[in-house]
Amino acid sequence: MVPLNWYLVLAALIFSSGLYASLARRNAIAALMGIELMLNAVNINLVAFWRYGEFVEQLDGQVFALFVIAVAAAEVAVGLALVISVYRSRKTVNLDELDLLQG
Amino acid sequence: MPGLDALPFPLPTVQQIIFVLIAGMTVTGALITALAPNLFHNALGLVLAFFGVAGVYVLLEAEFLAISQVLVYVGAIATLITFAIMLTRGMMFGRTSSTNRLMLSAAIISVLFFLVMTGLLVSVAWPEAGAELASSEQMIADLGELFVTTYLIPFELMALLLLAALAGAILLARD
Repeated sequence: MVPLNWYLVLAALIFSSGLYASLARRNAIAALMGIELMLNAVNINLVAFWRYGEFVEQLDGQVFALFVIAVAAAEVAVGLALVISVYRSRKTVNLDELDLLQG
Repeated sequence: MPGLDALPFPLPTVQQIIFVLIAGMTVTGALITALAPNLFHNALGLVLAFFGVAGVYVLLEAEFLAISQVLVYVGAIATLITFAIMLTRGMMFGRTSSTNRLMLSAAIISVLFFLVMTGLLVSVAWPEAGAELASSEQMIADLGELFVTTYLIPFELMALLLLAALAGAILLARD
């Protein structure tokens, strides 16, 4: 079998790219994509720890991952609706131009 | 000429070769998502990464999760993101750079996070292999049973959350 390390390092790499995308990108949709990548990385970790764990007949790792997928679907729907709504009123989706609440 | 047994390192198994291929695909997709300046290329890279993650689930013998991943992420989320990119057109080819002024510190934080995590993960002695699984049909049946017994309340709350989120999304996105 593939060592557990490999899965965890892969997840860390995906998480880092997601972190970079959500922190550094100017476009709101690109930042949302970064969040999706991070959620996927966490899911890989959950499933990998389930598979290599001691109680493989208890499926909690998979159940958690499915819940994360459902929450991600809800999150992306609301996020993109917000982006479209902001675009309609401000004609921009650049995160650094959306500083209405800045003091 | 020495035989294959005389190699100084163990030969990779078929599973390990497949893992490396899938991981390479996933990481390529993730890096395109993070780094490509064109928003549409980002979305395509994201689809590649989602497929790669589904492949990782198959390797981990979580078939139901792999199918859900393709259905929900590739089928729904990637499509939604593409729609949003099209609807906010004009931002696709920005006149300015695609990164904000936090770019340098974000890059440093991400690389440091990856290095620290890798250093930690490699230094721990993880279990080498998981236990044998029951048949995948049995596993999917057990999964379904868990959702209506142990995880009944989270499951119902999830349904409520999805309903509220989708109604809210429609409310936000219409005029």
